[in-house]
Amino acid sequence: MSILEVRNLEKHFNKTKVLNDISLSLEQGQALSMIGSSGSGKTTLLRCLNFLETPDSGSIAVKGEVLFDAADPATRREADVRRKRLHFGLVFQSFNLFPQYTALQNVTLAPELLARERPDYKERKREINAAIEAEGRELLASMGLSDREGHYPHQLSGGQQQRVAIARALAMHPDILCFDEPTSALDPELTGEVLRVIRSLAEQRTTMIIVTHEMDFALEVSDRVVFMDGGFIVEQGGREVITDPQEERTRRFLAGYRH
Amino acid sequence: MFETVISALNEGFVATLKLFFITLIGSIPLGLVICFGSMNRWAPLGFIGHRQASRRQRILAALEEGAAVSAEDGGRVLSESEARSLARRLGFWAAVFTGFRPISLLSRLVVWVIRGTPLMLQLLIIFYIPGYLLEGGSPWNFPEGRFVAAAIMFIFNYACYFSEIYRGGIQGVPVGQQEAGEVLGMTKGQIFRHVTLLQMIKRIVPPMANEVITLVKDTSLARIISYQEVIWAGYAFLKGSHNYSGLLWPLFFTGIYYLVFNGVVTFLLGRLERKLEFFR
Repeated sequence: MSILEVRNLEKHFNKTKVLNDISLSLEQGQALSMIGSSGSGKTTLLRCLNFLETPDSGSIAVKGEVLFDAADPATRREADVRRKRLHFGLVFQSFNLFPQYTALQNVTLAPELLARERPDYKERKREINAAIEAEGRELLASMGLSDREGHYPHQLSGGQQQRVAIARALAMHPDILCFDEPTSALDPELTGEVLRVIRSLAEQRTTMIIVTHEMDFALEVSDRVVFMDGGFIVEQGGREVITDPQEERTRRFLAGYRH
Repeated sequence: MFETVISALNEGFVATLKLFFITLIGSIPLGLVICFGSMNRWAPLGFIGHRQASRRQRILAALEEGAAVSAEDGGRVLSESEARSLARRLGFWAAVFTGFRPISLLSRLVVWVIRGTPLMLQLLIIFYIPGYLLEGGSPWNFPEGRFVAAAIMFIFNYACYFSEIYRGGIQGVPVGQQEAGEVLGMTKGQIFRHVTLLQMIKRIVPPMANEVITLVKDTSLARIISYQEVIWAGYAFLKGSHNYSGLLWPLFFTGIYYLVFNGVVTFLLGRLERKLEFFR
């Protein structure tokens, strides 16, 4: 069974249709790259998966559970959205770290708040928070940021900020981790450190959806590739979408990236 | 003479400070309530608007594809121009219904009235009008009555100004902060308390400092309802009090009190501003 099933997703912004009959599925442990020019709907699709936008029609299911179905109002209840979106993690193009918290606090804030809802929170508060903090340190260490735990976001480089943001998303243990052009806001010399981290996540078989303009990187880490244009999925499949595209539009898009 | 005047002015300035602090304590939280009120998006008729908006969208989509559009009762098929004007009407009413937000509307109306009229007039109204309207006469007929009336009006008036500063502060926090909190599974309340609030405070300290300094001086308006604050005390020596009359300098001397106290306020708020410089 696939971990993610997206069926016939559609989304309008006023008169413009930004997502058109989007269907895709993803298996556990796979990395999927979404490529396509700006305005093709990639980011909107990610935002729909993370419940930051509400699709007009279609459905989203994770591990067989229907999280969203435009035809079924019961799945659109605001109160449930919060729990549902925890299936997904999202790393933003512009990091969106919380400026008033240190790197470590950025990672541990959301898990600590969530832990307060545990029935045993009151009696085991200290223990639970210690465990969350230990995991936060571990995550930052795995991002190569052990020596930056106490730094505030404005004291970190863009690449370091983005790695903190990745650790922050991983701390919620999402089933599927989404990246929205994670290196687009970075200086070229800083993209490498972020891509290295994503690469190692792929090696650990983290289920991921990556919106990216880095074709070589997409080719290297992806099991699946989706090419979008004008709100449609034009072509999807394995890496051959990049190495041997079948559609004229895909070829034209990729030609822009060949040196 | 000097000692008599100073002790009378001191007494008046204690009254000034009392009004100043009670206003701050009351209006800072009340401002947040009014701010949330004016930003409230509750639209009880929104569902009607959404229905009309989606029907409009269907009509426009059908027109694009050249498909037929039937009238509201489902019977007759509309001509293209009829369908277009129906879509236009639906668009208008959808905007009206989704835009009808009673809590926000009421809050913004209150803010408009309070900010749009002089505080002096508001003080006169709250102090004198209830006496005409109520059976038992003025409700302010007790020893601290003038202070309570002035405090209520000051709190309400300043809360309205603060609410707009808060609103600007909240809206100045990038949307990405809210979204980052949302995708991490935080509730709206958690996002406000743990993410937005401190960033908002950092943004509002300079404009709030402005208002607070104005408040120190505005307390002198309360003498219109004979609240005996420092200017009232200084003026008394001109009119005649403590066996002195025609003394001009005590009135102007009150300026020193305001100046010194505002120096303290400016210093403290500057320290707060520097304290919040640990993040950007």
